Amino acid sequence: MLAFTVRRAIQAVGVMIAVGIIAFSMFRFAGDPVNQMVAIDTSAADRAALRHSLGLDDPIPVQFAHYFVNAAQFKFGVSYQFRQPVASLLAERMPATLELAICATVLSMVFGILMGVYSALRRDSLLAKIFQAVSLIGISLPTFLIGILLIYLFAVTLGWLPSFGRGDVVRIGWWTTGLLTVSGLKALIMPSVTLGLFQMTLIMRLVRAEMLEVLRTDYIRFARARGLTTRAIHFGHALKNTLVPVITVAGLQFGSVIAFAIITETVFQWPGMGLLFLQAVQNVDIPIMAAYLLMVSLIFVTINFIVDILYTVVDPRLRATISRPA
Amino acid sequence: MQMSVRQMSVRQILLAAITASIAAFAPASAQTLRYANQGDLKSLDPYTLRETTTIAHHGHVYEGLVARDKELKVVPGLAESWETPEPTRWRFHLRHDVKFHNGDPFTADDVLFSADRVRAVGSDFATVLPAGAKFVKVDDYTVDVMLASPNPILITQWDGWYIMDKKWCEENSAVAPTPASATTPSYASLHENGTGPFFIESHQPGVKTVFKPYAGWWRKPEHNLKEIVFTPIASASTRVAALLSGEVDVIEPVPIQDIQRVNASGNAKVLTGPELRTLFIGMDQLRDELLYSNIKGKNPFKDIRVREAFYKAIDVDLIKNRVMRGLSTPSALMIAPELFSLSKDFIRPKADPEAAKKLMVAAGYPDGFEVTMDCPNDRYVNDAAICEAVVGMLARIGVKIDLLAQPKQLYFAKVLKPGGFKTSFFMLGWQPASQDSHNVMHDIMGCREDPQDTSRGATNLSGYCNKDFDALTDKALVETDAAKRDQLIKQAFEISIKDYAYIPLHQQALAWGVSNKVKLTQRPDNQVLLYWATKQEQ
Amino acid sequence: MTETAVPQQAEPSAPRPRAAPAGWLGRALDSDVFYSFRRSRLTMIAGAVTLLFFLVAILAPLLAVQDPFDPAQLQLMNSRIAPLWTADGQSPFLLGTDEQGRDVLSAILYGLRISLAVGVLGVVFAGALGILLGLIAGYFGGAVDSLIMRIADVQLTFPAILIALLVNGVVKSVFGNRLDAASTLAVLVFAIGLSFWVQYARTVRGSVMVEKNRDYVAAAQLIGLPAPVIMLRHVLPNTMGPILVIATINLALAIITEATLSFLGAGMPDTMPSLGTLIRVGNNYLFSGEWWIVAFPGFSLAALILSINLLGDWLRDALNPKLR
Repeated sequence: MLAFTVRRAIQAVGVMIAVGIIAFSMFRFAGDPVNQMVAIDTSAADRAALRHSLGLDDPIPVQFAHYFVNAAQFKFGVSYQFRQPVASLLAERMPATLELAICATVLSMVFGILMGVYSALRRDSLLAKIFQAVSLIGISLPTFLIGILLIYLFAVTLGWLPSFGRGDVVRIGWWTTGLLTVSGLKALIMPSVTLGLFQMTLIMRLVRAEMLEVLRTDYIRFARARGLTTRAIHFGHALKNTLVPVITVAGLQFGSVIAFAIITETVFQWPGMGLLFLQAVQNVDIPIMAAYLLMVSLIFVTINFIVDILYTVVDPRLRATISRPA
Repeated sequence: MQMSVRQMSVRQILLAAITASIAAFAPASAQTLRYANQGDLKSLDPYTLRETTTIAHHGHVYEGLVARDKELKVVPGLAESWETPEPTRWRFHLRHDVKFHNGDPFTADDVLFSADRVRAVGSDFATVLPAGAKFVKVDDYTVDVMLASPNPILITQWDGWYIMDKKWCEENSAVAPTPASATTPSYASLHENGTGPFFIESHQPGVKTVFKPYAGWWRKPEHNLKEIVFTPIASASTRVAALLSGEVDVIEPVPIQDIQRVNASGNAKVLTGPELRTLFIGMDQLRDELLYSNIKGKNPFKDIRVREAFYKAIDVDLIKNRVMRGLSTPSALMIAPELFSLSKDFIRPKADPEAAKKLMVAAGYPDGFEVTMDCPNDRYVNDAAICEAVVGMLARIGVKIDLLAQPKQLYFAKVLKPGGFKTSFFMLGWQPASQDSHNVMHDIMGCREDPQDTSRGATNLSGYCNKDFDALTDKALVETDAAKRDQLIKQAFEISIKDYAYIPLHQQALAWGVSNKVKLTQRPDNQVLLYWATKQEQ
Repeated sequence: MTETAVPQQAEPSAPRPRAAPAGWLGRALDSDVFYSFRRSRLTMIAGAVTLLFFLVAILAPLLAVQDPFDPAQLQLMNSRIAPLWTADGQSPFLLGTDEQGRDVLSAILYGLRISLAVGVLGVVFAGALGILLGLIAGYFGGAVDSLIMRIADVQLTFPAILIALLVNGVVKSVFGNRLDAASTLAVLVFAIGLSFWVQYARTVRGSVMVEKNRDYVAAAQLIGLPAPVIMLRHVLPNTMGPILVIATINLALAIITEATLSFLGAGMPDTMPSLGTLIRVGNNYLFSGEWWIVAFPGFSLAALILSINLLGDWLRDALNPKLR
């Protein structure tokens, strides 16, 4: 078990180094940091001096080490657009993105599981068919179209929900939250639904498939034979068994929820990291792009690592296969 | 200038009355005004970016020696009066009762400091002061400005030159305007310390900025606001939706396709009016070979027939009717009619694609040629759509245009002087900060690389150069008789038109969306100045 | 719906066209897969709609009243005309025109071409890359395998849209934001292909590892056939079924990704619009009454993706009876 954890940890660090190399090459080669920094009529000598002071004439491996050490301390350089440290820009916007992503994940889990269980148990009912249709639409409608439709319906036509932004936020330390104000909560609804719909579809399909599988297994038949109530069988045994893969998938998908937030945040002008990243792509602001890549990878890798470890704790069968040398 | 009309339904009045009676002990009529603009407030340093929206934002916090009133007339600001004892010496008498937001008193030292800082490397406002101008402190509240040559329009751009606190800048190592090697951001780009009607309580670039009234302001406020919350909303439709749902009170700009809808909503009105900015198209006529074209070894735009053909192929009336939905004024000149009294003597000829085609044949391009067009896509009203329309019109005379429409930050970095004027064909908008023709003639149409005057042609992207024209420009600068001066300017504009130096398009219309609860003043220079705004109680 | 008797490997008989075409077609029409296709009316409709989209895209130059990519054919006079059946409609603009006088129907037809071209080429690129790497990893195993699969692991954690945006941003930075339409198209295909190869590689690797221990592979090795031949001619055909499913679902995803990139302003330019570009531009007019500029492209995109997804769903279920 310990060996497995260590091996996974080394792997995670390896991934981060690989991503770091990509981020560094973007930072160093795709955008010339000097050209972006100097003002109107900086002389060639001044440029050279600046180049030297930034360490841009050191050997490449030294520069990389330097970049990596800085990045490890969350020093990602200065944004070309804002002329501010990228780290503080990201830190300001991270709470918005994380709140949105967590809300979307919770929403998608709750509704996905409910709908999945229902459509597995009542396969041929009308509601199950409707759920199936909703799930198809959830997969087939691009996120931005869903966002536009929701805004048109609930903000423009009905005027129930705000069309943009986070509403009023409360500052708790360095964290800002929209969960404590009415306008903040109202502003959260449409973006969370838009972002969560795709995940909900995935989870619903997964739960349905897993439930059907489990219901066919022998031990459920035994349970029936023993005369347990249907409710106990369905929720005490079948559902419990489906939850492990569901939680795993939801955990692994959290990373992509954060990435897909780029689209949702753009449609709803949600002031998070995704909107910042998209503006960086449009304005070719390489330091922000590189830093976003590093930050998001860190979140991905951390979650993957935790899920991997948890998985082996929860499911002893996996431990046996893992301890075998690969 | 137009004012919004206060319109309330009975229900709204009742509702307002009820709310008012409930909130009886709240400070009387102090309101929060929410304002959304398509553009962002990126740096708080007032010398970083010379752009209307940014200057207007900073104008809530900072003040210049002079100001402009609601009719754009120059009025006293931090200088209560001035005189010119001799043509090359100006004397400014400063106000005694002004304090910066941190409590520092405002004195002559701050003016001298600001004059140095605005001309330092990294400032975008260096041209507000003529080359060689010397600032001399006479006493704590008197400053003399010594000029190299007479300059009757010296102070016309000073309403956008904001005075900073010397002590504060020195204490916070912000003496230099936005440091060139911006590895650490300058203190002044994240904080402010002005003398203006508002101070900034919090600033999150790209997210929101909160302004609060400054109790120690030396003027009596005309607004009734306790707070201004500024949010950038880039998406046009989101901005309009936010206005209509009451989430924001003021938006700029309203996309022209939504003006009708806003006016029909009953919640808000669109204030429109002619803007003083002129949009025009330019052609690189300086380089021997275009940077971005399939014609090698020569520059087709050096041939006046090609420039004339382009001029005649572009139908500004059609652009007005279709792309601008009637909300533009086609222009024969490179300056708005409001800013030049003899504008009416100039009439823009109608478009004539047939004549244009013949000119192209005569110039030796019967099948046209290829060229790249640079265009911003988030700066002017429908900018990218105008460029796209121009592409279509030129396609009909055989010119194949590769349109590069990009965000203004990238666009300006490429085509302006710091980027090396890297363009062959472009669209740009210009509003003279001095509200005077000389600025247009000098900055946009003057020869580049004039050894006597290095700032001439600073924004002359096309590289147009005519010595006779420049001679008239210089005469117009020092001529003090208004009628004679206008004649000089007229002569100069006639030369440039004959040369087909540029293709003027139009002046766009201002379009501000304003909630019916809010009254404000719309100035034709498109500065949204909310210290003149009042908001009704809810 | 209980035809559980068909084992998975027996299914993809169709992609092994050793027999004459007629026989091959006959077998395909006789197969369970086709049987289940005919059984599902929804799938048949989806198949017809997908086919229709491909057809109109290919025949766009014949069907469209104008070439929306040729600025000389656009008349500003004709801008913002409402659809034909409304009071303000004008012939020949069936679905109305946009701000530049572009016929919306023609723009959709040409936009479909871009969407489908990017989708198909992206899938082909991703498939080729994934299959190649999967074959190599599965056949050689060892360090090569570990390396490729670790890269795949890393890659899989990054959603396609993020990779595509990053590739797009970097390319823009390197080329100074100056890319003509054809290069933009290539960048999109590259970015999308790069983000979807992993699933193919994993699938192919899995079945190669199973197949390579079979006797027939050993026999082929014995008679001295080179490794590439064994892999391509004997091992690969056995993995075609799952690959087809992945490809169908990926086609829908690739089209969504392209549309999203264009919608975000990181894809096709306004002068050569794909469906995503049309929706981005049209979105500005949605609230001001000119709904047709965004509604029809939006509807076409949704219908296209929905049909492809329905086909993909059906194909997966048909090839994998365990799921039913």
